[in-house]
Amino acid sequence: MFRTKLKAFAVLGGLLAAAPSPAGAAGEAIAIPDTRFSFDGVFGTFDHASAQRGFQVYKEVCSACHAMRQLSYRNLQELGLSEQQVAAIAAQFQVMDGPNDEGQMFERPARPSDRFRSPFPNQQAARAANNGAYPPDLSVIVKARPGGADYIYALLTGYADPPPGVTMMDGMNYNRYFPGHQIAMPAPLNPDQVQYADGTPATVEQMARDVTTFLAWAAEPELEQRRAMGVKVILFLTILAGLAYAVKRKVWADVH
Amino acid sequence: MADSGEATAGGTPRRDFLNLVTTAFAAVGVGAVAWPFIASMQPSRDVLALASTEVDLGPIAEGQAVTVMWRGKPVFVRHRTAAEIAAARAVPPSQLPDPQPDQARVQRDQWLVVLGVCTHLGCVPLGQKPTDARGDYGGWFCPCHGSHYDTSGRIRKGPAPRNLVIPQYAFISDTKIRIG
Amino acid sequence: MAIGLHESDFKNPVVRWIDQRLPVFTMMQKEYGTFPTPRNFNYFWNFGALAMVNLMIMIATGVFLAMHYAPHTAHAFDSVERIMRDVNYGWLIRYVHMNGASMFFIVVFIHIWRGMYYGSYKAPRELLWMLGVVIFLLMMATAFMGYVLPWGQMSFWGATVITNLFSAFPLVGEWIVSLLWGGFSVDNPTLNRFFSLHYLLPFLIVGVVFLHVVALHITGSNNPLGIEPKGPQDTLPFHPYYTAKDSFGLVIYFIVFAGFVFFAPNYLGHPDNYIPANPLVTPAHIVPEWYFLPFYAILRAVPNKLGGVLLMFGSVAILFVLPWLDSSPVRSMRFRPMARIAFLLWTVCFFVLMYCGAKPPEEPYVIISRIATAYYFAYFLVILPLLARLERPLPLPESIARAVLGGGPLPAGAAAKPMEKA
Repeated sequence: MFRTKLKAFAVLGGLLAAAPSPAGAAGEAIAIPDTRFSFDGVFGTFDHASAQRGFQVYKEVCSACHAMRQLSYRNLQELGLSEQQVAAIAAQFQVMDGPNDEGQMFERPARPSDRFRSPFPNQQAARAANNGAYPPDLSVIVKARPGGADYIYALLTGYADPPPGVTMMDGMNYNRYFPGHQIAMPAPLNPDQVQYADGTPATVEQMARDVTTFLAWAAEPELEQRRAMGVKVILFLTILAGLAYAVKRKVWADVH
Repeated sequence: MADSGEATAGGTPRRDFLNLVTTAFAAVGVGAVAWPFIASMQPSRDVLALASTEVDLGPIAEGQAVTVMWRGKPVFVRHRTAAEIAAARAVPPSQLPDPQPDQARVQRDQWLVVLGVCTHLGCVPLGQKPTDARGDYGGWFCPCHGSHYDTSGRIRKGPAPRNLVIPQYAFISDTKIRIG
Repeated sequence: MAIGLHESDFKNPVVRWIDQRLPVFTMMQKEYGTFPTPRNFNYFWNFGALAMVNLMIMIATGVFLAMHYAPHTAHAFDSVERIMRDVNYGWLIRYVHMNGASMFFIVVFIHIWRGMYYGSYKAPRELLWMLGVVIFLLMMATAFMGYVLPWGQMSFWGATVITNLFSAFPLVGEWIVSLLWGGFSVDNPTLNRFFSLHYLLPFLIVGVVFLHVVALHITGSNNPLGIEPKGPQDTLPFHPYYTAKDSFGLVIYFIVFAGFVFFAPNYLGHPDNYIPANPLVTPAHIVPEWYFLPFYAILRAVPNKLGGVLLMFGSVAILFVLPWLDSSPVRSMRFRPMARIAFLLWTVCFFVLMYCGAKPPEEPYVIISRIATAYYFAYFLVILPLLARLERPLPLPESIARAVLGGGPLPAGAAAKPMEKA
C-alpha cells in the first residue's frame, strides 16, 4: 500500500516538477533578485501605510501614463482610508458621464463608485502620446509578469547606464531586469519626487517598495482573505482526513 | 460526497460515535462549501456601490414632476402645488385602503418622492406628464388594472394593496436630494 | 404486487413509493451498496471517483461563473476581473474552477496510468476503456475552449495556433478553420461559440461518464493482480468498504486542491494570460496549459505541419486500439517484468515530453522531443505487440483471496490461468 501511495505521489511530484517555469524565454534568463515584502509567505499581509504611500506614488507619478481601469475609488477603503477621504480623493478627478438630456457627454467630479480615471481614452491615444509604446494598464501587472512583485520592484530600481559595448536604440533606456534590457519607459522615480504625507523619506527604493506594495494589493485585493480562509480550510480538512482515515481503518479492520 | 460509511452490522457504540463525528464534520464542510455559491448570487459590490442617485430639484417648477432612474426603477419627484398638498391633508383615514398621513410621507411638503412602481403587480403608473391621465384623485393612474393614487401617492381605488413606496432619500441641499 | 410496479425491498413508505415507480433506490443499493468489488484495490482505484467529484465541482463553479461572465471580446477580460473583485466570493469560485481544471487532468492522468499499468483496457473491458478515451478527448476540447474565455494573451494566441492547425488537412482544412473561427481570424464569433460549446461539452461528458460506469458495472472492476474474482471470498460490498476508503482519498484530494486554490492559485497558469488579448502583439513564447504540453511537444517534434498534426491527434487516438495492440493474456504489469520496464520508461517519456513542450523550439529540446515521441509511439506499435508474443510473465496467484490473505507458495500447476473471464 505504501509503495503504491509512494508511486502516486511520485507521479504527482513529476507533474509539478514539469510545470512550466517562468524563465522559459529564448535567450538569457535574467535572474530577478528576491525582495522581502510584507505580503510574502503564508501569513503575509499588505502593509496599509506602505500601500497608501504607494497609491500616492501612482497618483502623482504613474497615472500620467498608466491606467488602472479595474480599480474603483471605493476600493481604496480597503487600504484603511475612510469613506470621506475616499470621496475627497475621488472628487479630485474629472470623469466623463452622459449623455445628458441634450444628448451630450459631460465631465463631472468622480464619485467613489467610479473607476479610476484613465490618462488616455484608448490604447491608440496612449501609443500616440508615447512614441508608439503602450504603457500597460497596472491593475493586474503584478500577476502579469513572471517574478511578480519582485520583478516590478527590480524593474523600478533597475535603471542604470548601459554597460560598455551595448548600444541603445532610439528613445530606449537601459534596465537591468527588463527582458532584452531596452525599455521604452524612462526611469520613472527620482529621489524626493513625491512628498509623503507621513514624512517617510521618499528615496527611489522607498517609492518603488511602496508602489509595488500598492500594485500587489491592486492585483490581488483578496489575498489576505484568501490565505486566512486557506488556513482554516486546510486545518479543517486535515482533521477530517484523520477522522476519515480512522473510519476507514475501523471499517476494514475485519478484512485485514 | 464524504459519506463516511455507516457500519453495516451494528457496530460497537465507539464505531458509531466515530462515524457520527466524521459525518457531522463532513456535513459542516458541505454546508460551508454551499455558502459562497449562494453569496455569489447576492448583489455584487459594484452593484451595491451604485445604490444612490442625486436629483437636482432646481429645474422642477411648481406643479411639474420628473422621473429619474434609481436602482433600475423609476422614481417620481413631484413639486406639489398648495392645492395638491391641501387635498392630500384633507382626506379622512377611513377613506384610505392603506392609511398613512401625508405628513409621514414627505420631508418637505412641496416635494413628493415616490417609487413609480404600482404596488399591485409592478406596472409604471401614468401621471408624470401633463397630458397623462391622473386618475380620480389627481395623483397617478395605473392603466394595467385601474389603480388610482392621490396627490400623496396613496392608493385610493383599485386592486393595489399599498401606497406607492417612499424610497430612502435625504436633502443634501435645498435644491438637491440623494435617493438611496 | 400490482402489475407495472417494481418490487421494492425498501420499508420506508416514501422511499418505497418512489422506488416502485422509478427504482433509483434499488439501483443505488445494487450499484453502490452491495456491488461486489475486488477486495485488493490500492489507492490508484480511488481516482475514478475523484474524477467524478471533480467533474461535479467544475460544473457547479462553471454555472455560477457563467452568471457573471460576458462572452464578448470587449467585455470578457473585464468581466473576469469583475468576478475576482466585486462578485461575493467570485475570486474563490474562479480559482476553484481554474485550478479544478488542472486537478481534473492530474486525476485523469493518474486514472489512465492505472488502466495502462494494470491492463484494465484488456478484454472484456475494451469498450469501457474506449469510452474513457472519448471522455479524455471531450475533456481536452472543453479545457481548450475554456482557456480562451478569459480573453488574455495566451487565450487568444493559443486559440490562434491550435485552430490554425486544422488548416494542415488537405482539401477541407481551410474550410474547417473558417468554420471554427466564424470569420477570418480568432475574434468575437469564435469567443461566442467557444463559450456556448464550453458550457455544453461537460454535459456530454456526464453522459459518456454514465455509459463508462454502466460498462464498468457489467464487467466489474479490474484489480491490482489482474485476475478475475472467483467468488465472494475475493470481493467486498462497495459500501461501506470502498465508500469509506474513497471518502478518505477524497479528503486528501481536497487538501491538495485547497493548497493550490488558497496558496498558489496561479502557479499552474501563465502570467501572460493576465494581459488582455492583443491581436497585434504575439507573446515571446506561446505555451499551452501544462496538461497539453506533452501533445504540444509531439506536434512540434515533427518538421512537417500535417505530420505534426496527425501525430499529435494520433498520440491520443492510438489509445483507442491499445486493447488490440497489446494482446498479452496477462493483465497486470506486476507479472510482466519486461513490459513493466517499458511502461515505466514510457511514463518517464511522457514527463520528458511535458518538460520539452514548455521550452522554446530549440536544441537540445528538439532532438529530445523527437526521441521521446519516437519512443511514445514505439511503445504502442512495436514494444507491446512484441512483448505479448515474446515475454515470459511471472506466475499468477491462484486467486485474489489467496494472494491477499496469504497462504504458502502455490502448489505446482496451481497458478491461475491468465485472463480469467468473469
